[in-house]
Amino acid sequence: MPESEALHASHRLEYPYSRSVGPVIGAFLTGLREGRLLGVRGAGGSVIVPPTEYDPTTGGDTGEMVEVGPGGVVESWAWVSHPLPKHPLPSPFAWALIRLDGADTALLHAVDSGGPDQLASGDRVTVRFRPAAERIGAMADIESFVPQGGAPR
Amino acid sequence: MSAGGGRTVRPVAVASFAQSQNVRRDDEHNEVEMLMPVVAEVFGNIGITKDDVDFICSGSTDYLIGGPFSFVTALDAVGVWPPRAESHVEMDGAWALYEAWVLLQEGEIDAALVYAFGRSSPGNLNEILSLQLDPYYLAPLWPDPVSLAALQARALIDAGKGSEADFAAIASRSRRDAMSNPKAQVAKDIPPATLLEEDYVVAPLRRHALPPITDGAAAIVLAAGDKAGLWSKSPVWITGLDHRMETHSLGARDLTSSPSTTRAAEVAGVADGPVDVAEIHAPFAHQEIIVKQALGLDDTVTVNPSGGPLAANPLMSAGLIRIGEAAASISSGRAKRAVAHATSGPCLQQNLVCVLEGE
Repeated sequence: MPESEALHASHRLEYPYSRSVGPVIGAFLTGLREGRLLGVRGAGGSVIVPPTEYDPTTGGDTGEMVEVGPGGVVESWAWVSHPLPKHPLPSPFAWALIRLDGADTALLHAVDSGGPDQLASGDRVTVRFRPAAERIGAMADIESFVPQGGAPR
Repeated sequence: MSAGGGRTVRPVAVASFAQSQNVRRDDEHNEVEMLMPVVAEVFGNIGITKDDVDFICSGSTDYLIGGPFSFVTALDAVGVWPPRAESHVEMDGAWALYEAWVLLQEGEIDAALVYAFGRSSPGNLNEILSLQLDPYYLAPLWPDPVSLAALQARALIDAGKGSEADFAAIASRSRRDAMSNPKAQVAKDIPPATLLEEDYVVAPLRRHALPPITDGAAAIVLAAGDKAGLWSKSPVWITGLDHRMETHSLGARDLTSSPSTTRAAEVAGVADGPVDVAEIHAPFAHQEIIVKQALGLDDTVTVNPSGGPLAANPLMSAGLIRIGEAAASISSGRAKRAVAHATSGPCLQQNLVCVLEGE
């Protein structure tokens, strides 16, 4: 049989249902809408951010919500010089694992540092929320983190 | 299941192994057509048919195909009339092998076909794999697998456990070794110094430290005791098998170590004897350093003589292939005792360890 060109077609798959986020993730996302960062107290008094209904290390129940941040320390980072279309920022940025003040675990988000030579592990960053009117109770309510002491040029 | 991982109670052998050619893009075959020759080969190697196995278990993911229950269609590659005992894991085929091994340990079956398949080429892998992450905290940010691996690589560098030069050396060695693997996708001899001249994809990872995007499939026949001896003159025995998982909260893990690998290695008995060859499923170059240390292997161990996942990374079968390649290294006489490792999830979240020995 002669070789012929393979046929191609686009295929869109989606799950258009909504879910309840529950008492812990729900509280965190509501906090974002209010411009606050919340963690949850885990086993042994550690503070877990982002919060879960269970302690990620022990699997035990978690307790009260506690406010953390708005600043924190970069534990690790990776520089994206060519952001993908769905990434949080359209211009070059860093992914970072950020341990917020008062927290014992790290949160993943974007850092708008201006350049790869202006960020290092151990640096302090602070949260930059979207304007209150634009916040919807989702991770995107955090526009990015920025180096503490000022936004990039 | 009543049986957990650990040392083998009932002897079980890797009786046969087959894999497809690993390619960047296979437009000419659907999943069933990709699997059929692999299944035919894995049976043909030892002169058996589907009627000789009591159980079929597969590993694949609906995310790649973009449709639910796609593994049911894939069963057409074997043919399931009259009806057969069958199962599936939405994981790499190494975990399908684990399920079959547990049934063999329990004595419910005497032989099993395990297969795995995945075509990464039809979709946007960066977006598809982002969707497999935590749907509330991670997926909405669309962190692609390369970015997450880069965070891990930076943490490794910061901790003084590895360098960009180390990553390049691993990539260079892997693809040079792949030149003797006819199934490999990326096989070439480029010195590390040349690789280090490449641009970053996501710093600190350059192109060479990333796995290729691969379409491919693989299959293994497991057989217990007498059957293994009947089908093979020199069976390769699985002496220990275990898998462990870490939390999906990336920021709650030490990304520079792999405690789940260490635990699985302890339970599977890696340290019970010398290891000649290790087939490590480390899709990103720096992950080989982490897994090798977690397995407790020193520099006398030959790592990934097949080229490993840096030479071909067919999603869902790359882990199963490590077990097949480790068994092949024993069959060929290169190794007396080998370790195979498989991973799943971002930054080595879940890990499986399999110890194999010859007669």
